[in-house]
Amino acid sequence: MAPASPAEATPADPLLGVTIPFKHKHLLGISQLNQYEILELLNRAEAMIPVSRQPRKSLPTLAGKTQINLFFEPSTRTQASFEIAGKRLGAQVMNMSVKTSSVTKGETLIDTAATLNAMRPDVIIVRHAASGAVELLSQKVTCSVVNAGDGTHEHPTQALLDALTIRQHKQRLAGLTVAICGDIANSRVARSNLLLLGAMQVRTRVIAPRTLLPVGIENLATEVFTDMREGLKDVDVVMMLRLQHERANGRLIPSVREFYRFYGLDAEKLALAKPDAIVMHPGPMNRGVEIDPAIADGARSVITDQVEMGVAVRMAVLDTLLEETSQVQS
Amino acid sequence: MSGRPLIVENARIVDPASGFDAVGALRVEGGRIAAVSAGAAQGAPEGAIRVDAKGLVLAPGLVDLRVFTGEPGREYRETLQSAGEAAAAGGVTSFLAMPDTQPAIDDGALVDYLARRAQATCKVRVLPAAAITKGLKGEEITEFGLLREAGAVAFTDGRHSIQSSAVLRSAFSYAANFDMPVLHHVRDNALAGEGVMNDSLFASVLGLKGIPGVAETIPLARDLELAAATGVRYHAAQVSTARSVELLADAKRRSGNVSAGVSINNLSLNENDVGAYRTFFRLNPPLRSEDDRRAMIEGLRSGAIDTIHSDHDPQDTEVKRQPFAEASDGAIGLETMLAAALRLHHSGDIDLMTLLRAMTSRPAEILGIDAGTLKAGAPADFILIDLDYPWQVKESDFHSRSRNTAFEGARLAGKVAATYVAGQRVFEREGVPA
Repeated sequence: MAPASPAEATPADPLLGVTIPFKHKHLLGISQLNQYEILELLNRAEAMIPVSRQPRKSLPTLAGKTQINLFFEPSTRTQASFEIAGKRLGAQVMNMSVKTSSVTKGETLIDTAATLNAMRPDVIIVRHAASGAVELLSQKVTCSVVNAGDGTHEHPTQALLDALTIRQHKQRLAGLTVAICGDIANSRVARSNLLLLGAMQVRTRVIAPRTLLPVGIENLATEVFTDMREGLKDVDVVMMLRLQHERANGRLIPSVREFYRFYGLDAEKLALAKPDAIVMHPGPMNRGVEIDPAIADGARSVITDQVEMGVAVRMAVLDTLLEETSQVQS
Repeated sequence: MSGRPLIVENARIVDPASGFDAVGALRVEGGRIAAVSAGAAQGAPEGAIRVDAKGLVLAPGLVDLRVFTGEPGREYRETLQSAGEAAAAGGVTSFLAMPDTQPAIDDGALVDYLARRAQATCKVRVLPAAAITKGLKGEEITEFGLLREAGAVAFTDGRHSIQSSAVLRSAFSYAANFDMPVLHHVRDNALAGEGVMNDSLFASVLGLKGIPGVAETIPLARDLELAAATGVRYHAAQVSTARSVELLADAKRRSGNVSAGVSINNLSLNENDVGAYRTFFRLNPPLRSEDDRRAMIEGLRSGAIDTIHSDHDPQDTEVKRQPFAEASDGAIGLETMLAAALRLHHSGDIDLMTLLRAMTSRPAEILGIDAGTLKAGAPADFILIDLDYPWQVKESDFHSRSRNTAFEGARLAGKVAATYVAGQRVFEREGVPA
């Protein structure tokens, strides 16, 4: 197990090198975690990074375990990441994609949960279009459940991989300033990141037009900017979000080109951030909509690092949840 | 329905229609109220049944302006019979049956069917409401005159809100022509969008889409304008925001033909009750902020809001045990409305007379029916209430066929001891002597 990185744990820190017990059966959201548990997951994920970099990418701690990826919403990237994470740990992984159109017609989510549960998996990874759906499913099964994104609620492994990526580049989290830009209202990535970064003493800003800001966001511990230039001043990290094309139909924002002009990340706006600021994006990107292609593929982009950290984080999450001694709840 | 004369003695009689509040006796003859008097019973006829109601409140039976059943079409959710059992247990002796059935009640023959089924199977009075528009589609108005002749007492599109101002204007004018009340659920569907709960920080945190207050206040303001212009007897079926109370107060200063109701849910609960995506708290209108809930109480006290209803809406597990955004709206309420309302009496927020008026004489006046009163000659529909009786809500105790209560596990004080319709006892709590 890797020790806590120096930035979080000063030499006097009694937590240095201590394994923090993880008492949760499921990973449903960042909101359920405290800062120590987040730190523990990040440390464990960091320790997983070398596994994927070695020629034989295997650490068979989950040999004999069954993992089901249950995706009610299509997501090639996240599903592949969870699949690779499980397989590198030696688990048997089954992918189940459920067509969104047939969901709730006939078989309910709870029926599906009961059916899968009877096959005795050890962990189910769930993505669903409805907020709270993963939590509902977790109440109906006896195995562990990992939220791979529920509606516009949470996407905890994305927030963990983002934090790990930041820590890898900045060697710390506490004291940094992170700006999250774009469609905040409809983003589970933004919600999980705000929760995680807030818990880790990171200063957060959200940057978006009023129509893409959730109600009451100003009451959360974050600064709100509607002017991207103002919001990017002196930040350490610029986190862009994907703009769903259907938002740019004249209802929430008038057009893609207007959005790009005011809220797209280009060189001119990025110049306002700190000189060593990094650029992140959860993918998949819309080049020319929320981000200039030259920046997306440029030197300050850490977007492919995020993908790599994603596998490490998911390995750590699976390993932690399925560790037999870690399960306190039944 | 007549039987022997009945005398209920030693009860605290509370009759909002007359303002009477004293310990006294009630005499029933021929299924109708013969007399109410303070003190000991006077002029008791030979062979009368005597009921000693010492320690109990005697009030008119409740009149509920918003009850959904599943008959016809969804009898597995609720029949008129099971709704009647639930109503009797909750002290409701008359309810306005919403037309949102399959088929919708938009034709005289269906009103007639409903009335006959109710007569044959339901132990309380069912007041048929007919649809304002054919098929509840919000497009073409129904045959108001023929529907009235068939027995409809009011027009409403139930949980549907008519979006076209032109259709509403026409419906209001035509209803005024027949002097019939129109009850309208106000909701701007475009503004409500895909919203599933109050539009607030709490919705943002849960990642649920919000329904802004303006989705209610804008159509309400329009309706109040149209009501003033047409002279219709207009009742805003249910309001939920503080701003709606202001709009109503303003409209009432100018005109006497408007009224409004509030669901017991919006009076007792707030958005925080949604908790971790609890779908039994998914309601329409949504549970609002605590400030809004306080405004509902204030509205009842000031008279801006007239009535309290149960919004009894039976839904089965198939549509409720779903992710919050995909579940159906609605909660049952017939059996908990009175006790939940009495919380406001016990807390000192609203006096008992005002509270009971909003569930008895006011709804009856709005419909223009002879109910919700203890005046001599009125049907002998009344209830005995044990004001302080402590109990805990258990879904397994319900008489309703559905279990989607927003009060599961709630500790309440006050319960119906007995319910009478036309002088006949149709419900008694276990342990209450006959």
